[in-house]
Amino acid sequence: MSERTDYLDLDTKDETFLDATELVLNMGPQHPSTHGVLRVILKLDGEKVLGTECVIGYLHRGVEKIAENRTYAMFNPYVDRMDYVAAVSNGLGYCEAVEKLLSVEAPPRAQYIRVILTELCRIASHQVWLGTHALDIGAITPLFYCFRDREEVLKIFEKYCGARLTTHAFRIGGCIYEAYEGFEQDCKKFCDAFLPKLDEYEELLTTNRIWVERTKGVGILNPEDCIALGVTGPVLRASGVKWDLRKAQPYESYKDFDFMIPTGLHGDTYDRYLVRIEEMRQAARIIRQAVDGLPQGPIMAMVPKVIKPPVGEVYHSIEAPKGELGYFIVSDASTQPYRIRVRPPSFVNLQALDKMVRGLLVADVVAVIGTLDIVLGEVDR
Amino acid sequence: MIEYIKGYLSTGTTPGEAGNLFWATVYILLVIVGVSVAVLCMNWLERKILAHMQIRLGPMRVGPHGLLQPFADALKLLIKEDIIPHDADKLVFWSAPVVVTMTAFTTFLVVPFGRTHAVTDMNIGVLFMLGVSSLGVLGIIMAGWSSNSHYPLMGSLRSSAQMVSYEIAMGLAIVSAVLMTSLQTGTGTLSMIGIVEAQASQHTWFIFKFFPLGFLAFAVFAIAMVAETNRAPFDLPEAESELVAGFHTEYSGFRWSLFFLAEYSAMLAVSSIAVTLWLGGWMRPFPTWLGGSTWNMAFSFLPALTFFVLAAMCFLGTIRMPKIPQFRIQTIGLGTFGALLGFVGLVLLVPAVSVRVQDIYWFVVKVAFFMYLYIWYRGTFPRYRFDQLMKVGWKVLLPTGLGVLIATALWGLMPQLSAAITGVLQ
Repeated sequence: MSERTDYLDLDTKDETFLDATELVLNMGPQHPSTHGVLRVILKLDGEKVLGTECVIGYLHRGVEKIAENRTYAMFNPYVDRMDYVAAVSNGLGYCEAVEKLLSVEAPPRAQYIRVILTELCRIASHQVWLGTHALDIGAITPLFYCFRDREEVLKIFEKYCGARLTTHAFRIGGCIYEAYEGFEQDCKKFCDAFLPKLDEYEELLTTNRIWVERTKGVGILNPEDCIALGVTGPVLRASGVKWDLRKAQPYESYKDFDFMIPTGLHGDTYDRYLVRIEEMRQAARIIRQAVDGLPQGPIMAMVPKVIKPPVGEVYHSIEAPKGELGYFIVSDASTQPYRIRVRPPSFVNLQALDKMVRGLLVADVVAVIGTLDIVLGEVDR
Repeated sequence: MIEYIKGYLSTGTTPGEAGNLFWATVYILLVIVGVSVAVLCMNWLERKILAHMQIRLGPMRVGPHGLLQPFADALKLLIKEDIIPHDADKLVFWSAPVVVTMTAFTTFLVVPFGRTHAVTDMNIGVLFMLGVSSLGVLGIIMAGWSSNSHYPLMGSLRSSAQMVSYEIAMGLAIVSAVLMTSLQTGTGTLSMIGIVEAQASQHTWFIFKFFPLGFLAFAVFAIAMVAETNRAPFDLPEAESELVAGFHTEYSGFRWSLFFLAEYSAMLAVSSIAVTLWLGGWMRPFPTWLGGSTWNMAFSFLPALTFFVLAAMCFLGTIRMPKIPQFRIQTIGLGTFGALLGFVGLVLLVPAVSVRVQDIYWFVVKVAFFMYLYIWYRGTFPRYRFDQLMKVGWKVLLPTGLGVLIATALWGLMPQLSAAITGVLQ
């Protein structure tokens, strides 16, 4: 810690009103609303935040190093454990990166199944976000509503691949499981049931006076800051930057679908809330189109049993629920990757925390951590 | 001795007024036991009602439908290790929960559960309640300070600021109700019993008096009292997502449970003030409109009826219990509980008892309504931020309270004013 205190300037006292001394509050790593084991050191003047410093690494498992000692296929389940509330997206990003390295492409049916599951996963991830974010701001009820409906998504995952959370749904080159009997109906039924429930969440929050007061104008990020900090995902789009990798560099079969990229105007917490809510609607729209257009055919491309990509390196990124999730893989033509570097959206987005909360109150720190939608498993890896 | 004990029963006043120490002690014990039982019930009800609002079941394991959960919790808290942090100020840390609990219970001295069902009737009853209940904040500050830790300190600072700001709005609302008591007699009263009797003599609850002024004052009070008791959406001092547990972060075991007890008794206390001042205290609804002996008779059955309905719910529960051996004890327990409730209902049918519990019944029903509101708020609202809380207190509630107070005074003076104006004009 000692070598980095100069950043926060914990020792020298700023001139404040009545020359009161600042309070250094250590928030976390055991704290109800730091979403896991994030530790934030807050420098406070009364309740006002003068500065923050994030201390991460409490959940560091060395996933990237592990990759160097695993074959490409063996590493696949590990990525599910990074962003464990959106495991499907992580798996998709990794599989696609390796496919790019191998220069193979998943067959259309596999691509459609991948899109359906990834969008379901986006909904599930946003539901966890909404529940916990609302809980942080003090509304306890939406959490239970969100988890009730997330259960339906997890049931579909369970029926598809047997796992609910760390799914390992995809394989390099496509999918290993064929869509089960009634998969299409389940997805459609979920979409039909989900949209009214989304309205229910909105009824509790969107026009709630306290919710609006707590979120409007809180943690504002302007587009320039977002780009400078490398912030991606709904946080970036809420600032008004229309950047979504599903449209900007379409991967899988996203170019086949008709959907919108919701953007915000002010870049505050309320806009980020609205953007994510609308993203859930759009995800349901994509799922419906994908289910309707689900082509027949093989689900696995021709991939050798032992994956030995040629020497080279590849960077591939997808739009995970939290932002741009990128995998940089260096291959030395052996069965194991020479190096894998993950660009996790949570890690990069977390950088914006200090910029967003300076000058706000302690309660806003909690709201901003919630609105950044971080998962510590992904931040620390 | 026997004469002394029996003598009080014919006085028709509170033991305090009659100067009867024996009955005063009995009443005090009854109030302490009653409030503790109410807190236990409230604990169970809050968890159940909140759970059902949140599509879950709540406690289901300890006793049928979790009925014994509060007892299990109390037992657990009692036998937990008593931790005092090393750096804490021991004496203050020790006395803080005592202060909080004592003040919370002391307020019930003047709460009139009925014309004779109060420990005493002070001529400054409302003032006494306000004064004593605002002492509770002292205990919270003591708890936060003595813990010698950041979160409790911030929690207690928030708490003191919040209570001080909301007490003013609360006081203004109370004054406007007290003003209304002076309307017919010319002399107002601060006595809790006197206020209810003023409502009886004016044939209206003060919430409907000078519509909408009475209602506005009530609304100001109803909002301020939520803030005063640190409950959602004003639960900043113990905001769990920000300050972990606020001022009682460092407390555990029985000391913590004292804070819990104090919080819920404070909720009951402020609800009692609201009921007494605006909702006609122990009076039953429509005493004049639905007056007469027939209606009196019909209303006198309601306490018994309530218990019969509860008993019926229990019996319905036993029918719906799974018919497997593992549930036999639960089924028997629920049935016994229903029978107990039914028995209480039968006792309440006895005329001598029925007459005496009427007042208490209506008072408790009205307080229970507020308790339900507390739970409802908690299930619905997000939490205010500190500055917004202050904004609501100082910029909304205080001006409203002040405006209502002035308007009430002017409205009350209307006859005199109009007489004076016509006098001047002539």
